[in-house]
Amino acid sequence: MKKRKQRIDRGIKARSGDIFSLCSWREMLYLASPRLIPILGFLILPLLLGAYWQKVLLSVAVFALLAISWDILAQSGMISLGQALFFGMGAYASGVFNHYWGWHPLVALPFATVMGGVMCTVFLLPVLRLRGIYFSMVTLIIPLMLERIIEATKVFGGTEGLSEIARLPSKWLELYLIMGVLMAALFGFRRMMDSDYGLVLKGIRDNDLSVINAGINIYWFKTQALFISSSIGAFTGAFITHVYEFVGMPAFALEYSILPIAAAVVGGPGNLAGATLGAFILVPLSEILRGTGGLRIIFYGLFLVVFIVALPEGIFHYIQRKYHQFERWVEVEG
Amino acid sequence: MFLGTVVYALINSVILALMAIGFNLTFGISGVANFAYGALYVTAAYVSWMLLNLLKLPYFLSAFISILFTTLLGALMYRFILLRVRGQALSEVIATFGIGLAILELFRYLGFVGFEYTLPVFIDQSFFILGAYVDMQRILIVIFGALLILGLWVFTHHTSLGLAFRGIAQDERTALSLGIDSDWIATLAVSFGAGLAAIAATIIIPLGSISPSEGYSVLIKALAVCIIGGLGSTGGVIVASFIIGFAERFTDSYISSHWTMIVSLAAILIVLIVKPSGLFGEQKELEERI
Repeated sequence: MKKRKQRIDRGIKARSGDIFSLCSWREMLYLASPRLIPILGFLILPLLLGAYWQKVLLSVAVFALLAISWDILAQSGMISLGQALFFGMGAYASGVFNHYWGWHPLVALPFATVMGGVMCTVFLLPVLRLRGIYFSMVTLIIPLMLERIIEATKVFGGTEGLSEIARLPSKWLELYLIMGVLMAALFGFRRMMDSDYGLVLKGIRDNDLSVINAGINIYWFKTQALFISSSIGAFTGAFITHVYEFVGMPAFALEYSILPIAAAVVGGPGNLAGATLGAFILVPLSEILRGTGGLRIIFYGLFLVVFIVALPEGIFHYIQRKYHQFERWVEVEG
Repeated sequence: MFLGTVVYALINSVILALMAIGFNLTFGISGVANFAYGALYVTAAYVSWMLLNLLKLPYFLSAFISILFTTLLGALMYRFILLRVRGQALSEVIATFGIGLAILELFRYLGFVGFEYTLPVFIDQSFFILGAYVDMQRILIVIFGALLILGLWVFTHHTSLGLAFRGIAQDERTALSLGIDSDWIATLAVSFGAGLAAIAATIIIPLGSISPSEGYSVLIKALAVCIIGGLGSTGGVIVASFIIGFAERFTDSYISSHWTMIVSLAAILIVLIVKPSGLFGEQKELEERI
């Protein structure tokens, strides 16, 4: 007697066309809790943790934002292997604003976000016509080369970097600023990717030629996606600059390229929530493994391979399926 | 000074071509961008170092074994990992990148860093050519490089396996209908690419020392050469490595050695703006740019 697994959607949907039909608290809670739990978590966690784990939470949020920025690009059909470019650009922009021109961190931060976004977009503009792995290769090379350029030309402090950069006014502002940005980016850009605008971006990923046929200028849309994504990355860079009070060549380090990709792949690509979840798993894990030194990066590499091969949908999609569907074993007829 | 620079630029170009040709072969035939390429290069060097220094095997035997080992490693990597994500460019890139990262960082973690990790030169001797001292190893690199490229050309144009390789590269479905097993050919392409990386490592490493960061820089150089030459085009690789090789060596002599890497970046950006498919990448133009 053969059996198969039957999956049935639960009959509760927030949107069926335009009609909202929620009849009980239970149904409302069923729909709201996946959104409310992370929001409450983001708000309460900084209060519960000690000073050390607050720092970890900070880098979790930073990597979650970088993973979100990677995922937005990936959903628009551009696979970046160099998030460090965005991170480093933002970091150096903010560092320069504060170190040379003496801007207050709260002024330097937003300007560095926009400035970093514009610079990265301009840098990658000639590459936008490439697709698939051609784009990936170039993004892999650019941050590594920028590192060498800074070393060679000795601009912005060269190998020494810029130090004595002002901090944000208070620790709590730091924590809740990054948490607020993470929440805004996560829910805002999720909504954006579900709108018609996001549909165009996903269309470019799926079949760019038919999007061109629909009379849409895909380069303009790709430029916008690139700007959004690189601005998020630049913000994290600028933020970290003000947290560490230092910016230097490590801002272009490979770790800022790899960890976000690993987070997005482990959590589940194509869905910004997956990227966030991945960062919340991988960064604390790597913090626990910190004692083992270089072994961490080996683990990232292996994680990437295992998840890409064995669970390509990622953890988030797996959980989502379990949450939204009944599963039962039924007999196979005939 | 000038003639000496030309001689060294020539050698540098051949080194670049040797580094890039395996990556190019794998990509041109199977479409797999093997980002573990640098790791395979370094692995080959470490394996022959270990055979030579720990097991005290003769040098040429250990080099031969390490080339075979790396070739096999490439085949296994394709069979057990890449085959499952075949055709999904993103997954292939991430998987190979993950493998490469794990291998390189493993070597770094195990402490394989330092000047003692180097391979001996084949023949210790140097000559005076056109106003510059050139050691035997560099001359051998040029000879080996020329032979390897010639051998590769003969292989792809005059053997049935080589013709099958090109068939798959040109049109996979038609090749399938003629009885060429595309999975098997892709396995061979990845493993041959790994083997070429190992050969390049065996010849080039005696000039410097083995280190994990060498893996990253080989990958970057291979990518740079392949992007400029046009991915999948052997002629393009040779021309591009001469362009970069000469440009690098001349900036090194006449400007400053800090700027050598920047020349490749500038070259890539210019080529991408003017002709995104690379200098000789016309055949695949439709696929890579819109």
